[in-house]
Amino acid sequence: MRASSMRQSKYRAAWRSLFTTGGAIGRPAFLTISGGVFAALFAIWYAVTASGLVQPLFLPAPGAIWLRLSSLSTAGTLWGDIEVSVYRVFAGFFIASAMAVPIGVMIGSYRFWEAALEPLADFIRYMPVVAFLPLTILWTGTGDIQKFLIIWIGTFFQQILMVMDNVKRVPPDFIGLGRTLGLSEFKLQMKIVIPSALPGIWDTLRITFGWAWTWLVVAELVAANSGLGYRITVSQRYFETDTTIGYILVLGVLGLLTDQVMKALERVLFPYAKGRS
Amino acid sequence: MAPKLEIKGLNKTFARTVALHEVDLALAENEFVSLVGVSGCGKSTLLSIVAGLLDYDEGDILVDGAPMTGPGLDRGVVFQSYTLLPWLTARQNVEFALKAAGYKGAECRKIAAEHLALVRLTKFSDAYPHQLSGGMKQRVAIARALSYRPKVLLMDEPFGALDAMTRHEMQILLTRVWETHKLTVLFVTHDVEEAVYLSDRIVAMSINPGRIKTEFSVNLPRPRSAEIISSPDFIALQRRVLSTIREDFAIDEN
Repeated sequence: MRASSMRQSKYRAAWRSLFTTGGAIGRPAFLTISGGVFAALFAIWYAVTASGLVQPLFLPAPGAIWLRLSSLSTAGTLWGDIEVSVYRVFAGFFIASAMAVPIGVMIGSYRFWEAALEPLADFIRYMPVVAFLPLTILWTGTGDIQKFLIIWIGTFFQQILMVMDNVKRVPPDFIGLGRTLGLSEFKLQMKIVIPSALPGIWDTLRITFGWAWTWLVVAELVAANSGLGYRITVSQRYFETDTTIGYILVLGVLGLLTDQVMKALERVLFPYAKGRS
Repeated sequence: MAPKLEIKGLNKTFARTVALHEVDLALAENEFVSLVGVSGCGKSTLLSIVAGLLDYDEGDILVDGAPMTGPGLDRGVVFQSYTLLPWLTARQNVEFALKAAGYKGAECRKIAAEHLALVRLTKFSDAYPHQLSGGMKQRVAIARALSYRPKVLLMDEPFGALDAMTRHEMQILLTRVWETHKLTVLFVTHDVEEAVYLSDRIVAMSINPGRIKTEFSVNLPRPRSAEIISSPDFIALQRRVLSTIREDFAIDEN
């Protein structure tokens, strides 16, 4: 009697904690709630299509989309599209990041580079990336290079500003410590500034990778003859809504996967950066 | 004997305020000197300048008779904020400083172990900073600053972020380390009791402009026990220093 009432009040406290600012949540509760939302949306989707409330042209049933994706998968079309798009997004994102990280570190550390590049990056980053689509096609055609260029325009300028911010967050006393230990400018960067900013830079890369996906698909939607975005455009032309929605879901899953992989790597690479993210 | 650290005619102005005005101060070898004063009196500014981390307008700073030209290994600094590098263990943090000072592998390990033992953290040698309490982190920071044998140790409110109990433990530990280790220390604090307990001499600073107001010799016997803080001499000196500092509050209020 007493034990059961205690258990009851425990549940009540846990429930209340879910709706308290900064309250705690257990892992099972978290998974139940987040899984429940997915399940609920799926159930609504199933209900409106099975009942005939929405026509398949506008929203096909989950089963129809699954069948379409499986047939595209056995035919190899899906995998071919994923391969092309994954290659483009990785290459484009790698080029942008490889340039943005060193430049962002320079802007964050040295006032000369900040004055020279920060206002410029701020200016360019407000230009709509989609407006560059016709120009990039004019300059480089509709091949992979154009996709890299769009990804680069869409992520590089944001990345350098975010990396700059990551570097500026290095505690000033860390730099003071390095100086009192007589470190040279180069060693100060390599041994204190960069290692200290690295968890933040990794976070920046994780967030901007999502944007790279977006810009890739935009580029593929507008001008391409392969890739996930290209297939979406073609399917739309023939009113194959099942393919369109199936591919959008595939894009969501790919994004979620890369995000989870990068988060897991973050825990492995920077175990000391606890409570940061 | 020539002073270990000498500050002559130091002036420093920030945009509108005179942070330091004609500051003269000399520390003898193995002397423990505390700078006390209300916030904004320039005591931390003075320490940063001596550390070589902040420019000044006029004056001379001599370390062991040689003019100071910037930050360097001849002055060790313990900061108020926690400055252990989070990606290194306690031992690696100490070795980081030793490597910067030019020590090599095996020697580094030996000296780091000795200094972690000195601050009683041998058991936590392989712990990362996020696994250590605030007091432990500052003990590692002290071990690190002592390890490469700087000529002068500069401490900027190193216990300012700690709770009262830990603070007290740290003061006892620092006194013990200093009494066995002997080192020239310039210590900034706003805690008068801490200053009296630790120091040979207390320098009280005054605000607007930041300048040296009065000095007090602390003629309390060493080694100093924890009980000394309730002795009449201790309390009398503490009162004198406090009333000197309080005059600045009175000026502020008018």
